[in-house]
Amino acid sequence: MSSSSAPLSASLHGTRSAVKRFVLLKSEGFGNGMRTPAIRVPEEKKNSMSGAKGKFSESFMKVVFLLAACVSILCVLLICLFLFSNGLPAIGKIGPVAFLTGMEWRPGSELYGIAPMIVGSLYVTAGAIVTGVPLGVLTAVFMAEFCPKRLYGVLSPAIALLAGVPSILYGFFGLVVMVPFVREVFGGSGKSLLTASILLGIMILPTITSVSEAAIRAVPRSSYEGALALGATHERSVFFAVLPAARSGILAGVVLGIGRSIGETMAVIMVAGNQVLIPESLVRGARTLTANIVLEMGYAADLHREALIGTALVLFVFILILNTSMALSIGRKVP
Amino acid sequence: MDKLIVDKLNLYYGANHALRDIGMAIPAREVTALIGPSGCGKSTFLRTLNRMNDLVEGCRIEGKVTLDGEDIYAEETDVSVLRKRVGMVFQKPTPFAMSVYDNIAFGPRTHGIRARVKLDAIIEKSLRDAAIWDEIKDRLNENALSLSGGQQQRMCIARALAVSPEVLLMDEPTSALDPISTSRIEDLVAELKKEYTIVIVTHNMQQAARISDRTAFFFLGEMIEYDATEKIFSLPDDKRTENYITGRFG
Repeated sequence: MSSSSAPLSASLHGTRSAVKRFVLLKSEGFGNGMRTPAIRVPEEKKNSMSGAKGKFSESFMKVVFLLAACVSILCVLLICLFLFSNGLPAIGKIGPVAFLTGMEWRPGSELYGIAPMIVGSLYVTAGAIVTGVPLGVLTAVFMAEFCPKRLYGVLSPAIALLAGVPSILYGFFGLVVMVPFVREVFGGSGKSLLTASILLGIMILPTITSVSEAAIRAVPRSSYEGALALGATHERSVFFAVLPAARSGILAGVVLGIGRSIGETMAVIMVAGNQVLIPESLVRGARTLTANIVLEMGYAADLHREALIGTALVLFVFILILNTSMALSIGRKVP
Repeated sequence: MDKLIVDKLNLYYGANHALRDIGMAIPAREVTALIGPSGCGKSTFLRTLNRMNDLVEGCRIEGKVTLDGEDIYAEETDVSVLRKRVGMVFQKPTPFAMSVYDNIAFGPRTHGIRARVKLDAIIEKSLRDAAIWDEIKDRLNENALSLSGGQQQRMCIARALAVSPEVLLMDEPTSALDPISTSRIEDLVAELKKEYTIVIVTHNMQQAARISDRTAFFFLGEMIEYDATEKIFSLPDDKRTENYITGRFG
């Protein structure tokens, strides 16, 4: 070994072995804590005839875990049962065609057509996608690939906070700030499809951003370096080599966002106007399926009440379709 | 005749002095192999030749590297042009999540070639040069991730060739491949050196002996010995080189 390389090797060696020692210490400590009981228990059992008991406690715990898992499945099943058993008869009484395509919702005159609400929900969700998805995905790209560390320290918690803000607060913000703004700038009453779309777009931002950011970060660095090695700039490498690889993850984020926006209730009620009409323009009001339920459930009875549960059933089917299509599209990716 | 000349190159990762006073002249249209034990700096050195180390935070480089007499670390150097001239193939295949066609077209498109006819021609030529055209000419629209590992690596070589580089850096290009794919790539390297200057990092000494014209032995961040491959493998000057190639350490 030449004299000039000796100090390097020595220092390298020093740090490495120190690191190794540290890791070993840690893993030993950890291993002991975890291992000792696991080893000791069967040994005691062997001699004291309580082996059967050990097996019993193991299978007992299995049952506990299974029960815990069953609770959530049971919840979904019960919700399904409730929705279908209460909603379907109402839809049958009203007539599926009249219910789904009817343009008139006048419980007083026994008219229960939810087409305006279906269209309202779809419009508002589409609006949220148009405003929220590009913004959310670009934010994710920025956070994963362009953000200086210090700014990231502010941005990341800010977006987490955005996710935690209760929807009623979004509603208030929309009512107090956005409704007057839209009224001034675009005309109309301000309580409109446009306002609801933008507000929902903001609300789904954190979902889309965090899921997309994780997807972008999960792309192997080799894709990025491979593009750079071909002479691509940082921007080109990110947008044309990394993003395509993160496609399916980003799509999952978008679908989650859509799910949230189609189910959002409180904030939408406060800014959407809630007229039972298919909006003719962006500045007209609209009523969503969720809004329809909340606004009338308090005083509805008999068929009216059942029709609202039917509305919920339609909403549930929408979510079901959304989730299934996502599961299918992701399932196809995994070999 | 010398394509790349490296003079008194020192590289630091923070306080870690990773490359020490490297000096070597890499001749054009020959295969130069870099051998040495893991962590000896050969990959790091390879990545200084197309400035991929620019990405590493806290990496500092002193000394000079010239490509055809131009200093690649000069301020006016366009890194994008440099990397077009000095292409790179990585240890693991790095296919992009897109069709084979778009993978190969990525480089040319980066450098402004958009016409379909031109791209078609480039793609066919690069795939032929990488000896993979016959295997995948009918699969150009399939996702590159569906190719086998060996095919992916040769596709990545084709992708590197598609920007018509002058130098091709290969960082252990066969270490993740099976023996058949490895021998295909070795044959390919022998073919490619007619047109390209090739610098290849390898852990496999037989491979270095088989395919390279010149070999450099790296040890602990230093270049110990650099000479004609036959010389290195038969009569090395330095004891450490001898120990390494005879398998006494590393």
